[in-house]
Formats: sequence, C-alpha cells, structure tokens
Amino acid sequence: MKFSFTELIHRITDRKSWLESAGMFLGATVVGLLFGAIVIWSSNKSPIVAYTALFSGAFGSLYGFTEVLMSTTPLLLAGLSVAFAFHCGLFNIGAEGQLMLGGLAAGWAGYAIQGLPWYLHLPLALLCGVAAGALWSLIAGALKAWKGIHEVISTIMLNYIAFNIGDYMVSSNGPLKAAGIIPATPYVLNTARLLPIIPNTRFSGGIFIALVMAVLMGYVLWHTRLGYRIRAVGKSPSAAEYAGIPPRQTMLLAMAISGGLAGLAGAVQVLGLSYRFSSTFSPGYGFDAIAIALLGSLHPFGIVLASLLFGILHAGSVKMQQTAGVSNDIIYAISGIIIFFVALRGVLVNFQSRFSHKNATAKVQK
Amino acid sequence: MELSICMQGIVKSFPGVLANDHIDLQVARGEVHGLLGENGAGKTTLMNILSGMYRPDEGQIELFGKPVRFESPKDALAKGIGMVYQHFMLIPTFTVAENLTLGAEITRGGFLDRSKSESMVKELSKKYGLAIEPSAKVQYISVGAQQRVEILKVLYRGAQIIILDEPTAVLTPQETEDLYQTVNALRKAGHTIIFISHKLNEVLRFTDRVTVLRAGKVVGTRVTSETTAEELASLMVGRSVSLHVKKLPREVDAEMLKVENLKALDARRLPALRGVSFNVHAGEIVGIAGVEGNGQTQLVEALTGLIRTTGGTIRLDGEDITHFPTSERFCRGIAHIPEDRHRRGLILDFSLAENSILGYPDRISLRSGFRLDMKSIRKFCAKLMAAFDVRAPSPDVMAGGLSGGNQQKLVLAREFSRCPKLLIAAQPTRGLDVGATEFIHNSLLAERKRGAAILLLSLELSEIMDLSDRILVFYEGKIVGECLRETTNEDEIGLLMTGGRHEVLIH
Repeated sequence: MKFSFTELIHRITDRKSWLESAGMFLGATVVGLLFGAIVIWSSNKSPIVAYTALFSGAFGSLYGFTEVLMSTTPLLLAGLSVAFAFHCGLFNIGAEGQLMLGGLAAGWAGYAIQGLPWYLHLPLALLCGVAAGALWSLIAGALKAWKGIHEVISTIMLNYIAFNIGDYMVSSNGPLKAAGIIPATPYVLNTARLLPIIPNTRFSGGIFIALVMAVLMGYVLWHTRLGYRIRAVGKSPSAAEYAGIPPRQTMLLAMAISGGLAGLAGAVQVLGLSYRFSSTFSPGYGFDAIAIALLGSLHPFGIVLASLLFGILHAGSVKMQQTAGVSNDIIYAISGIIIFFVALRGVLVNFQSRFSHKNATAKVQK
Repeated sequence: MELSICMQGIVKSFPGVLANDHIDLQVARGEVHGLLGENGAGKTTLMNILSGMYRPDEGQIELFGKPVRFESPKDALAKGIGMVYQHFMLIPTFTVAENLTLGAEITRGGFLDRSKSESMVKELSKKYGLAIEPSAKVQYISVGAQQRVEILKVLYRGAQIIILDEPTAVLTPQETEDLYQTVNALRKAGHTIIFISHKLNEVLRFTDRVTVLRAGKVVGTRVTSETTAEELASLMVGRSVSLHVKKLPREVDAEMLKVENLKALDARRLPALRGVSFNVHAGEIVGIAGVEGNGQTQLVEALTGLIRTTGGTIRLDGEDITHFPTSERFCRGIAHIPEDRHRRGLILDFSLAENSILGYPDRISLRSGFRLDMKSIRKFCAKLMAAFDVRAPSPDVMAGGLSGGNQQKLVLAREFSRCPKLLIAAQPTRGLDVGATEFIHNSLLAERKRGAAILLLSLELSEIMDLSDRILVFYEGKIVGECLRETTNEDEIGLLMTGGRHEVLIH
C-alpha cells in the first residue's frame, strides 16, 4: 500500500462526530496517564502522590494556574500553526524552526528598535516575529509549489538551519549577542514587553493573543472564501484545480500563515517571558505542536484543549519533581504515549475502513 | 433443462437495508445468464452470496441439483464457482503465469516450475481460445488481456460457473468484442456464465436469458431473444423509460466556441493534441467520438485551462481566451462537467452546500466579500437539489455519501445554474443507471434548447449518436472526421474511430 503522510493525517483526524473526537482525546490522555503511573510505580514511587503533586502544582494556586497558561500559550499558537497547514494538505514539521526565528526577530526588534511608544513597539516586534516565521516557511512552500519537494523533508532540514542561525546569532562572537557570558540577545525594552498583568506572577496575557488566533483561524477556515480555498486544496488538489483555485498560490499562502503563527508563538514567548532571545528558549514547542494539532483533531477548539493538557503537564511537573521526587522527564514519556495512541488510531482506522469498505460496497447494492 | 444453479428464497440484509428480498434464481447448464439491474438493485450482493463472500440470512443454494453451503470464496471456488471482479486482483509485477498459479503453484522439488506453469497456461489459453502470453508481465498487458488472465485464473482452479461482474465497464469497444468471443467459447466448452451488467445493449447481445432485479427483488426473467431493450429498461426502472431521447430540431445561432490548430502535450509530455480545429454554435450539441486516450481528455483540459496549450487559439464568443486561467474562463461563461466526478467534480469530504459553489465562490459571497455566507449557500444548494432531484437528507451531508447518480446530478445542477454560454460535458453518464442517464440526457437537451453551445465527449457511441447535432471523430490527437447526425451512422463513426479513414468527410 502506498504511504502518504497526508493520508495518514486525514485518517487520524477525519472524524464523523464531536463525540468521536472527544473520545479519542480522553482515551489517549487516560492511557498516557496510566502508562505514566506504571512507570512511576515501577521506580518505587507512588503514582498517586506524583499525580496529586502534578495537579496541585497546576491548579493549587493562582500562580500555578498562570504558569499553566504561560506554558499553554506557545503550544497553542504552534499547534494552530501545524493544524492550519494540515488543512491545506501540508505537513509543516518546521514549526520549531519558524518559532525559533520568530523569537529571534521579535527579540531583535525588541531591543534594536528604540524610541517608539509601547503601542507601536510591541505590535511591531510581534509582527517581526510573524514575518520571520512566515518567510522561513515560505521557503519550504516555494520548494513544494515549484519544485515538488515534499514539505516534510524541506521543513525538517530548514529546522536545523534555523537552529544554527539562532545559535550563531548569540554565540560568543555572534552579531546579536549581549555583553556578558550568557548566550542571549540584550533584554528587550519595556515598550516591547508583554508585561505581567497579574501581580506576583509571570502571567503576560499572551494566552489571549493565542485564543484570538484560535477563534480567527476557525472563522477563516470555515466562514471565508480564503478558508474554503485552502480546505479545497487540502482535501482534493485536483478538484480545486478544476474549480479554478490556483493550488500553488493557495499552498504558499497557507504555508505562510502557518509559519506566521509559529513565528508568533516564538515572539510571544520571547517578549512575554524571557524578555530576551536565547537559542534554547523553546524546549520543542514546535514538535509538541504536531501532537497537539492531531490530538485536537485539527480543530481550533480541540487544539485549545490539547495545548491546555500539555500546558498542565509541563507546568505541574515542576512541583511533581520537587515534592514527589519524580523526574519531570516522565512528562515527555506521557506525552509520547499520547502521541503514540493518537497515531495508532490512524492505523486502526485503516483496518476499520478496509472492513467497512466491504460493508459499504454491500450497502451500495442494497 | 439441466440446472447448474438454483437459488431459492435468498434473503440478505445489511443494517438498514434489505439487499436481497427472497430472490429465486435459476440458471441452466451451459447458458449465459444476464443479471440486470440498476446500481443498488442487489446484483452484487446476490453474486457475493453465490461466490461465498457473504452468507445468506435465509434461503438455499443448489449446485447441479445438490444443496451446498459456502463458508468462504475459496470454498465456493472448490465447488466450481469463480467470480471475476470488476477491479482486477492481479500483481502487476508478476507474469501472467505467476499470477495464474498464485496460491496453487506448480512446483518441482519445492521450487517453482516456471516452464511447466507457462506451458500449462498456454494449453489453457489454447483450449478456450483466450489469447495470452504466459511470460508477459501483467503491468505491460492491456486491460482486456488482464481480464482474460482473471478468467483463466478461475478456469485454472476448475470453475464450472463463472460470474463476470460488470466485465465491460473497463473495456474498449474492440476489447468488448474480444470478450464476446471469449464468452462464446466458454459457453461452447460447457461452462455456465453469469453476466452482471446495467447496460441493456450488452445484456441483449451476450446472454441467452436474463433476470432483472429491482430494489432487492426479482422482477422478471426473460429469454433474451424474445425481449426488447424497452421491456428490460422498464422492468429495471419500474416505469416506462424512453431509451432514445426526443430531440427537436433547432436553428443554430452564432458561433460560440472557435478552436484553431490547438496543440497540447499529455502528462508524459508527448503530443496529445496535434492541431485541432473546430467550432460549436449556440444551441448546438457537438459530440466528440473516439476511443479512450486519443486526446479527448487533453482537449477538455486545454479548453478549461487545466493544461497549457503549445499552439493554436481558443475563442469564446469572439474573445481570445487561450491564455486565460481557469477561473477567468468560468467567469466568461464556460461550464465544465468533468469526466471524473470523484477526482475533479466534487470534493467528497465537503458538504453538498460547499460543493455547490465549487468553482464559483464569487457568485454567492460577492455581496459579503471576504466572508462565505454559508446560510445563503445552503439555501442555494437546497434550490439546486430540488431542481435536479438530488436525493440527500440535507445540504449539510458529505458529497461522498451520495450515490453516483445523485453526485452527478449535483454537478450538473451546479454547472447549469450559471446559464453557461459553453457547456463542456465529459462522460456525463459514465457509471450511471438508466434512470439517471435519461434525466441527464434530457437536461442536456434542455440546455441546448436554452441556447447553450454544448461540447459532449463520450466513449458511448450511442450517447453521442442520440444527442449530437454534429459529430467530430478523434483519432491520435486529430479530428479525422466530421459528420452531421442526420447523414451518418454508427458504422461510419466506428470505422473513423479506429483510424479507418483519414480524410475529412463533408456531407
């Protein structure tokens, strides 16, 4: 059987009902947590104590909950990025690289551009992040549109280039490196910061930007001509071509929007949390984003929930490590299992569809 | 009459549908028995029961007078029933002999005995007069030859009864002729053949007797030589059907499409159109006849802007549109019923409403610009569905869930709704049953009456003959003949289709 990424993704995400989507979401989460419990238990720790610590870390205090939202923010934006490309039939594995360069561009604009009031400087810096992500993804988009190079290959390769650009910029002789030993850019000016809006927390409100993007994405995809075109190309490039929708331009546009969202994720993270770019600012948001997009069935609402789940795991694991002595590496094992089960569904659907294909042919002959 | 098959009171239901409702079928030894019915009448279900794929809920099967029960297709084959499916089950990279013996290989000392299996295949093909080269790889032989391999495969396993499921659907006219010879040879050799089809003319030609199914029930069995196409059609559909549409003469108007010396390449970058010139007038149906793969597909794609032309001009209503993008051409009044409704005409994962604006999103949403006004799109779609009798619960169901006829009606409704100047209809009734075909033919004639210029491409010569005012014959990327409907006949067109004569005929 011919293997295609896009086909697999459609198998994972095409669902008949909300109920089925919710079922997969809950099923994968429960299995992930159960698996985590077994691993914790097998290292002679109590899973109950560990999970209690995890959830009390996430929900036990206002600070904890704001930390959950801070972890959720870049995951949500990056998840939307990956999902948006999927809707046009493109598998953007390059969200991590686009996010890296988005963070770099925003960080640069945050300190290098001076003398602007905050209401100009902050949007400008965010926009720089969006533009950097969009331009970076456009390279893969153009290679796909005109040379037929599969975006999975090109975005993976472009990730490494982006990582190394990021490293170089803040390396010991890098052009953007701040004075001192820390490999990072100078701090961004106050006028470009997403400052904490709740006292005694780091809560920047970046989550609201992400939520607006989620709503906007749902609107664009299902209620505008642009979204119609993007989904048409994603579902059937040949039918889109028949209908006079230019597949290349549409793919480029979708890829640019996808990259822009990833770039925004990096910008919000740099301007709202670390206030400076360092090449290690992302622990792999762009990769988690793929799992989040799939777990959320490529729907903005599902992605909000999925990124919140990952946010809870990330933020809560700090306390789990402190009080239960369970390394927060277990979180990566849990998210790995969740991804595994989401992907497994694609394989199961394959069997199911072969089975139901027989029934379907029977039904046609009713 | 010695019976080879006797099925009695066969009932088979699937969730929500009664596919076979107390079906009795009796087939004599050595006869070619047609099984006729519209899509969804229960033909394939019945044959899947006979070939062991399904088990019936009720009823008995007797083979040569002995009651039998099949546990699997393998079991049925062991008892002498072999089915040749519409979609072949062959391994393209294996040779004919390898495919034939797969699962029952001829071996010597644990190794495959190639020469013995090849000589066996040769013997078998000689015995039944089925020409085949045993050592040829299946991927390099024609579709007709692949079908012969499938038939030989069941013969090799000792099948006495051979079920052919829509065998002509994939064949060219010439290959259909070969199949006719094959079926005759098998009958002479004493085999019983069940011929599943929804094409009347083939059933009339191939079979000795025919059983007609409708909605899961047998509505009649006829001796083929004593029945007519009209009788079979009305049995199938349940009402009288006019097989030949009534076409009123019409004065042709202005020249709407003018194509001059058009050239284009195919996907392999070989010349597919080698200088094609013709015109279509308003109120005229121009039919394009030809064996598949002689440039018809490229002509449609060139006219609709899906492929680039390498020479020549296309004028629509006087305007040169040769280099216009597809969307511009739609705006200028071209409508296109594509030959492959699944790949091009519809997006199966989109709702009917979303499909109803495919190609024309501007029309509905222009008022609101960027936004897609789903409410009025749904309303629009409901209107189309009502006008063209598209049977679906609502505009929100997915297009993939509809039957082929209903899908095609939606495509037609969408394309007609714009009152096009030029309508390009490629294979508009491919795979559709008699009822839907009749509806579509009448719709095309209504468009002609309205004054649309219509370019009709079809592999069914009878469709071209019925509908066209003028017929152009394509052969190897060129027009090799132009005939007026009134003064030509099927034989002349058929001869031209095979490249029989190359000069342009003027009547």
